[in-house]
Amino acid sequence: MNRALSLLRRRLLTSLPVFLIVIVGSFLLLEAAPGDAVDAYLVSVGGDAGLAAQLRHEWGLDRSAWARFLTFATALVHGDLGWSVAFARPIRDVILERLPNTLLLMGAATALSFGLGSLLGIVAGARPGSICDRVLSVASLAIYAVPGFWLGLVLIVVFSIELRWLPLGGIETIASSRSGLDRGLDIARHLVLPVAALGFIYLALYLRVMRAGMAEVWRMDFVLALRARGLPQSRIVIAHVARNALLPLVTLLGLQSASMLGGSVVIESVFAVPGIGRLAHEAVAARDVPLLLGIILSSAILVIVVNFLVDIVYAALDPRVGASEERA
Amino acid sequence: MTILNISRRGLLGGAAAAGALAALPIPAFAQQARRGGRLVVAADSEPRNLNPAIVASNGVFFVSSKVVEPLAEATFDGLEGRLATAWEGSADGLSVTFTLREGVNWHDGRPFTSADVAFSALEVWKKLQNLGRVVFKDLEAVDTPDDHTAIFRFARPTPFQLIRNALPALTAVVPRHLYEGTDIAANPANTAPIGTGPFRFAEHKAGEYYRLTRNEAYWGKGVPYLDEIIYRVLPDRAAAAGAIEADEIQLAAFSAVPLADLDRISKVPGVEVVTTGYEALTYQLVVEINHRRKELADLNVRRAIARAIDKDFVVKTIFLGYAVAATGPVPKNDAQFYTADVPQYAFDLAKANALLDEAGYARGANGKRFALKLLPAPYFNETRQFGDYLRQALAEVGIDATIVNNDAAAHQKAVYTDHDFDIAVAPPVFRGDPAISTTILVQSGIPDGVPFSNQGGYANAEIDAVIEKAAGTLDETARIGLYHDFQKLVATDLPLINVAEWGFTTVKRSSVKNVANNPRWAVSNWADVWLDA
Repeated sequence: MNRALSLLRRRLLTSLPVFLIVIVGSFLLLEAAPGDAVDAYLVSVGGDAGLAAQLRHEWGLDRSAWARFLTFATALVHGDLGWSVAFARPIRDVILERLPNTLLLMGAATALSFGLGSLLGIVAGARPGSICDRVLSVASLAIYAVPGFWLGLVLIVVFSIELRWLPLGGIETIASSRSGLDRGLDIARHLVLPVAALGFIYLALYLRVMRAGMAEVWRMDFVLALRARGLPQSRIVIAHVARNALLPLVTLLGLQSASMLGGSVVIESVFAVPGIGRLAHEAVAARDVPLLLGIILSSAILVIVVNFLVDIVYAALDPRVGASEERA
Repeated sequence: MTILNISRRGLLGGAAAAGALAALPIPAFAQQARRGGRLVVAADSEPRNLNPAIVASNGVFFVSSKVVEPLAEATFDGLEGRLATAWEGSADGLSVTFTLREGVNWHDGRPFTSADVAFSALEVWKKLQNLGRVVFKDLEAVDTPDDHTAIFRFARPTPFQLIRNALPALTAVVPRHLYEGTDIAANPANTAPIGTGPFRFAEHKAGEYYRLTRNEAYWGKGVPYLDEIIYRVLPDRAAAAGAIEADEIQLAAFSAVPLADLDRISKVPGVEVVTTGYEALTYQLVVEINHRRKELADLNVRRAIARAIDKDFVVKTIFLGYAVAATGPVPKNDAQFYTADVPQYAFDLAKANALLDEAGYARGANGKRFALKLLPAPYFNETRQFGDYLRQALAEVGIDATIVNNDAAAHQKAVYTDHDFDIAVAPPVFRGDPAISTTILVQSGIPDGVPFSNQGGYANAEIDAVIEKAAGTLDETARIGLYHDFQKLVATDLPLINVAEWGFTTVKRSSVKNVANNPRWAVSNWADVWLDA
């Protein structure tokens, strides 16, 4: 465990240049976007020129871009993310309030797409070319081609409006004062549809990689040898073919964590889930640069941690990888 | 006032439908109002500042008007007292005396007095409020001879009519004891308001909901009826329609349900579409013009553009009938100031082409006369769609418009600060008096960066003079006459082109009662709203 922690620390340290590039890049991009936080605010309230100038001064937007970046970076080094002008609250609070919802949504969606995707991939890859394989491949591709928000809306129409089985949005029943298990179940019920919408999109990817990997492994000599030794088909499929095909899937898992963050922007809006994906969208619309930088920073840490966990799993699955990491 | 339940089919049905409606018995007060219940309504945004005394905007009022009250509220026939019970202007226009309601307490238990009104007027409305900075600029002092009298003293004669028209939107009163001696703009009561209204602010869960609870000590007899109002944040507009169908919310105001969905949803059992209750919140669809462009500085060109726009088509196709064609800068549904006696520009392509030829902009070899940069405001579906229409309409008369799409902040900067546009599509609001937020759209001498104002470089001494004169005219008939002149001058010289006017729609479950019973209903206090079991 200690070794894992020191590895994680080392990984985060070596990621420092990445953080730096991400922060400077995002800052410059937002600087290039026309309009600032005061413009975004005035859209909703109106007001005279004096008000605009006064707000720019109060919010520190009348200083140069370099000065503002320096303030942000200095505070960051001290572990302070700063103040959100759009929410009139500390950025740390705003992000921490929403991060758990996004983690829950992404975690569950990843589990769904990875679990179900690889399972169906095994079914399809057990007998490449069979009817079962073709149906699964085409169906998964069809879902992959569907835009996330549309899938979400269809799920809402069917399960929330027509059947009324599930709530159509939010993270939990509003102002219900539930607690404990009751609350957990309530949250779970609210997450079914967004998790399905987000998870199904990425499911196809896992299914296809799994299937392709297995199709590859089937052609290898050792499978022939296993057959010759008279091992049962099911054992060959699960313990040998699938296991060998699983490695690229785990790699994919790490890569997908980043793109799933992107997908959650849309899904969180459609299902009114208060997560950091939606928050990022709001931060851009409000031109709240420090808030967006805070979100990007936490997302980057999230992706790095996920990839670190993936590497650990990888090492467990394939001992050769673990050895090389230790030597590095 | 009864709720007119107009489905789109009913609207288009015209006279026949009107006859049928008239024949129906309307059981307006037949039912006894029921106490209790939780009303869940859709909210599409979460304002960072919920203090209506500082931010006079509909997005803020939607939530805070139930908590913080103005001096008076609009009704279909004038004004109704809230924190004031009577108001009287002096003949010289230098003072207005308000008699305040007695026996009113703030939500924290302290008594409401004239000191609160004086503080709100001088320190908040006049100094900080987006609209009050204009209307109350000459307010010098507020005398408080006793706890229930507030006398506003103005440095210059100020029309009592303007003050009256400003009462519903500009005079939310905040508690002095919480604000005095603090940084008003950063006061915590701005995000958790404390007022005198029928509902108390209970909590805001960012990204999820606002919760208001019944004020048991409200001064109104027997009201409010509801126990709770929840504003559920639904950022996706398609989701609002679904939520009302699934009965997860009971009401969506401010056209949260898109126009295109109204026809379908009005057929869902238990769901009603209400098109009234926004009469004093009229939005105007306007083409803003940058007069710095030499082509657009030519009146013939502006008239040609006005003639190239088929207003009826815009009303029918973009607003699906939920709007009316505009004639000038004051909307038709304003009973005080509107005049139809202004130059009209009927849709006429031949005339538009002739005007452009006359102006000296003949079609080139490619059939085009000149190119324009068109910036549609992104705030509403309808403003964006009208931008697309306008591009096509202009192409018909040989003007090549290129659409530049921006998000809200970028549009704000491009049009109102940088003037980086030739024509823009804007949705200004008419707020019951041209002096509040309408004359600013054409007046000259406004500094750069003022949103929703004349940033097109237009200057017309005659129009400026009328605006200036009306600002100091106390006689109400004379003042109305001046604004008639104003409308004529604007329609003649076309500093901007008014295309259409629209109110919003409310979609609600049939169980919600007393909806749309005043012309600012969505931003009124909802004390008499109740839920049928």
